[in-house]
Amino acid sequence: MSISVSNLSKHFGPQKAVNDISFQVGKGEILGFLGPNGAGKTTTMRMITGYLAPDEGEITINGTIVSEDNLAIKAQIGYLPENNPLYLDMYVREYLRYVARIYKLDHPWKRIDEVIGMTGLGIESHKLIRTLSKGYRQRVGLAQAILHNPDVLILDEATSGLDPNQLIEIRQLIRDLGKEKTILLSTHIMQEVQALCDRVVIINKGVIVADGNIHMLSQKLAGGVKVEVVFSRPVADPTFQEIKGYRSHEKSGENRYIISGETDAINETVFDFAVSKNLKILEMTTMRESVEHIFQQLTTKVS
Amino acid sequence: MRAIYVRELASYFSSMIAYITVGLLLAVLGLVLWVFPDFSLLLTPFAGIDALFEIAPLIFIFLIPAFTMRTFAEEKQAATLEVLLTRPVSAWQIIIGKFLATLSWLIIALVPTLIYVYSIYQLGSPPGNIDLGQIAASYFGLFLLGAVFCAIGILASAQTSNQIVAFVMAVFLCFILYYGFYFISRIGSFSGNLDAIIESLGIDYHYHSISRGVIDTRDLAYFICVIGLCLTWTWVSITKRK
Repeated sequence: MSISVSNLSKHFGPQKAVNDISFQVGKGEILGFLGPNGAGKTTTMRMITGYLAPDEGEITINGTIVSEDNLAIKAQIGYLPENNPLYLDMYVREYLRYVARIYKLDHPWKRIDEVIGMTGLGIESHKLIRTLSKGYRQRVGLAQAILHNPDVLILDEATSGLDPNQLIEIRQLIRDLGKEKTILLSTHIMQEVQALCDRVVIINKGVIVADGNIHMLSQKLAGGVKVEVVFSRPVADPTFQEIKGYRSHEKSGENRYIISGETDAINETVFDFAVSKNLKILEMTTMRESVEHIFQQLTTKVS
Repeated sequence: MRAIYVRELASYFSSMIAYITVGLLLAVLGLVLWVFPDFSLLLTPFAGIDALFEIAPLIFIFLIPAFTMRTFAEEKQAATLEVLLTRPVSAWQIIIGKFLATLSWLIIALVPTLIYVYSIYQLGSPPGNIDLGQIAASYFGLFLLGAVFCAIGILASAQTSNQIVAFVMAVFLCFILYYGFYFISRIGSFSGNLDAIIESLGIDYHYHSISRGVIDTRDLAYFICVIGLCLTWTWVSITKRK
């Protein structure tokens, strides 16, 4: 496992920012790290990068324990913090040259040009960072994180402030990077998770509330499958009971019903039901729980 | 460490900071030494430049804190320190890199004042009738004093993310170290037993000792200890996080 976090805890005074969390990220995986503000995402990421020392538990990257003094492990991590701090009074290339010097890169300018190309900084690369728009600053932040070709990328809200076109480009870049690197990506934007991540970990109040594939999570949460059906004529409420595997239903419009069943087979049984009642199905869709919905359900539970 | 040193030094010169501070130092020294009558070198009977070494520490008390206040405060404010600390550099490398950059600035600030020395050298009767050995020692003393003030400035800057607070704190500490111990040692009840010890805690005492032209290892040790202490405290401040 590229990143392995086990039983990690961090307290700030009496407040438990992170409370006994464990998860793993494999090589070539993009893990979405979700949670409301103040859930402990940034604290966890800071601990993974070695900026904060954990109170309990440990983090390993490629099998080596992360600690503040382990400079070799720090060289394998690329980090883009929240709010993307940059030296505003430096030029883009000057800044990247400085970063390259810290990592002691062998052919700095070659790599800098490469990274400028990858992040699409091209025309802006001779400007002062202060004069760049937020989207371009974000690209500089991403460029400095990948400059030394790290194995592990920690991106804290990497795509904030980008316009829709930039968003597509940067997502594509992250997806490409994810093929060979391990990426831990925190975000608030749900489409991002759906677009990029293989797996999500949802954290709330310092505790992991869900970990897994998005589709699996949605089925588990909904406790079954929902289908939305439009029939040719109204159906009397009690007759729905005749559907095999039926659990509940609600009316969502004229002749339009949302039926929830226990298993995936609900689609077939609704069809059989319609045939037996001589109803015509005008429309039928399987509803999946959206990530937003999962997120809301998991993070607003009264604890 | 080299990367940090280069970046710091470049940032002094790409912004106006270095030009303004060096210019200010030269302007104030020039006025005091040549124009205003109180310390004017032209009115003293001997060809000497002692006045420069009396005035420069006073200017340094304000100038160096103004120069160093941003070293860590700015990085804390902008959170760039967080990124820096996650890179493969140790906190010591960061501190030493920044400290060496301020020392380089100090040398750059002091070199132009050699013009004043040269002028006095030429004004001597006959030209060159001047104690160059003592002047060299005084420059060395001034450099050490400046280095201590730089270390204090960095220390103050590492305590806060507010540059004004860092500035005021550094001025205060420099002042205490330069004058404070001397004043305290003059308190009547210390006279006779403790006054020499208290006075020797101040920079003033060691600075003047070196300025006489004798470089004593005790004075050197004092400067190195104070710098070491300030930088270690800085290290403690930036490595302990919440």
